[in-house]
Amino acid sequence: MITINYLFWLLGIVLLVIGGMIVLDREHPRRFTAGGFWILYALIFLIGDRLPPEVVGVLVILMALIAGFGGVTAAKPKVLSEAARKLSAQRLGNKLFIPALTIPVITVVLTLSASHLVFGGMPLLELKNVTLIGFGIGCVIALAVACVMTRDTVGQSLKEARRLVDALSWAAVLPQMLGMLGLVFSDAGVGKAVAHLTIAYVNLDYRLVAVAVYCIGMALFTMVMGNGFAAFPVMTGGVGVPILVGVFHGNPAVMVAIGMFSGYCGTLMTPMAANFNMVPAALLELPDKNAVIKVQVPTALTLLVVNIFLLNFLMFL
Amino acid sequence: MQTTVNLWPLIGVAVIIAGFVLRFNPMLIVAVAAIVAGFAAHFPPDTILAAIGSGFIKTRNIPLIILLPLAVIGLLERHGLRERAQIWISGIKAATAGRLLIVYLLVRELTAAVGLTGLGGHPQMVRPLIAPMAEGAAENRFGKISDAVRFRLRAYSAATDNVGLFFGEDIFVAFGAIVLMVTFLKEAGITVEPMHVAVWGIPTAICAFLVHGFRLWLLDRKLERELRGNAPAGGTAQTTPATRAASGASSASGDNA
Repeated sequence: MITINYLFWLLGIVLLVIGGMIVLDREHPRRFTAGGFWILYALIFLIGDRLPPEVVGVLVILMALIAGFGGVTAAKPKVLSEAARKLSAQRLGNKLFIPALTIPVITVVLTLSASHLVFGGMPLLELKNVTLIGFGIGCVIALAVACVMTRDTVGQSLKEARRLVDALSWAAVLPQMLGMLGLVFSDAGVGKAVAHLTIAYVNLDYRLVAVAVYCIGMALFTMVMGNGFAAFPVMTGGVGVPILVGVFHGNPAVMVAIGMFSGYCGTLMTPMAANFNMVPAALLELPDKNAVIKVQVPTALTLLVVNIFLLNFLMFL
Repeated sequence: MQTTVNLWPLIGVAVIIAGFVLRFNPMLIVAVAAIVAGFAAHFPPDTILAAIGSGFIKTRNIPLIILLPLAVIGLLERHGLRERAQIWISGIKAATAGRLLIVYLLVRELTAAVGLTGLGGHPQMVRPLIAPMAEGAAENRFGKISDAVRFRLRAYSAATDNVGLFFGEDIFVAFGAIVLMVTFLKEAGITVEPMHVAVWGIPTAICAFLVHGFRLWLLDRKLERELRGNAPAGGTAQTTPATRAASGASSASGDNA
């Protein structure tokens, strides 16, 4: 059975190679700290689950310190000239799209067919992570297709991966750091404290106020935690179930559906949702790291108001 | 209840907000916030380290989607993928940056709504294809564009992917969020059908398309106003199709789809 661990090992090996390339690159401005950062990260994928959690914690703090004090800067990227790329684009034509589109196509095909791919009574792909595994396999197949089509090598593709990892820098690790923070916050009882404050200090006797508190609370709490899933139990347990359903007898299915969407409005407005907001800014080489958030804020605020009115109306039909 | 809830861990939240406002390095802010929240909850140091370590291990699936496609995308970029995307879009005369993104918003939201969330994404779709196409469509219409406009189009491309994904995926019955919601309500003693949760998401999903689609349409108008001056020959003649889009976001998407 192919489990998600294979993807962790694959990524670990890729990161180890990239880290090695950076350490050996004499032109890199910070080759030892930047290379070391990626090698530490590689270790977490290769042997992280066998190390004691305290040791992993130390490695994580070490990575944060390296990144925090400017140790993960990028080298000047080595790319072909624009003319050479245009020429290649002319030569290969729309065939160039095939490998790029292979990733989503394979992901979807494997996601849909996974439950039928049974081999000797065992599913071929680990079912609970099937989309991610399909995605990983899609990337590997796409790379093979791309190498054949462009007559280039896997070695070159690793150099290109290194160029992009170098450009992303620590932003590539930030989403996972924030995921970790969400878990630590919930261990430490941050959610309970927020719910306590909301209920203790806001007058929830008016229905529209209670509805607004639930929606805005979902958005704000999502902005703090960077994730609607973390906000949902807190706000729904604190305000939704006891007040909106318990006191005002609203329809719980409407409440949770629109409540979660209110949380997503928060996701659009927070740097804490790094994989959606900060990573694209780095990937697209935007000088303003908050540029994506700034574009999203008007959509998010409008939708939040729409949600409050939709919930106030649809929940009590 | 007043006495049992420890409010000190909220300092962790304060650290995050202060850190982002004061523009410290986010990696450092997050590490400090985790340590502070742990101390505020009276965890001993080794428990804090263990919480950080095991939290980091449990979330290892998050970066896969960012890092795994980089090798193939980088290789294709070397061979002109982004340039090809621009050439392709220049063949479609009716294409504008806003209309292109409206079509992408519709496709992204509809495919996510049937569970196909893998069809988009920033590393594999937005960077190599959607953003270059949006830039290419603007360049076709207005000639060379400034970096400020280029960056704005890229930010809109990323935002459109997010909006389409978020407000589409939550009306797919088997999506994790719906499982989470139904399980949570069950523990609170309330039984709801997953299907009902999915259906009640549809009004917001439609509003999300209308709101963001309208803003993309506004983006086209704004670009038209700002850049018409430096358009290549025939640029003024092209204002007719742009104003035709005034009949609404949905008709514009119908043109290209």
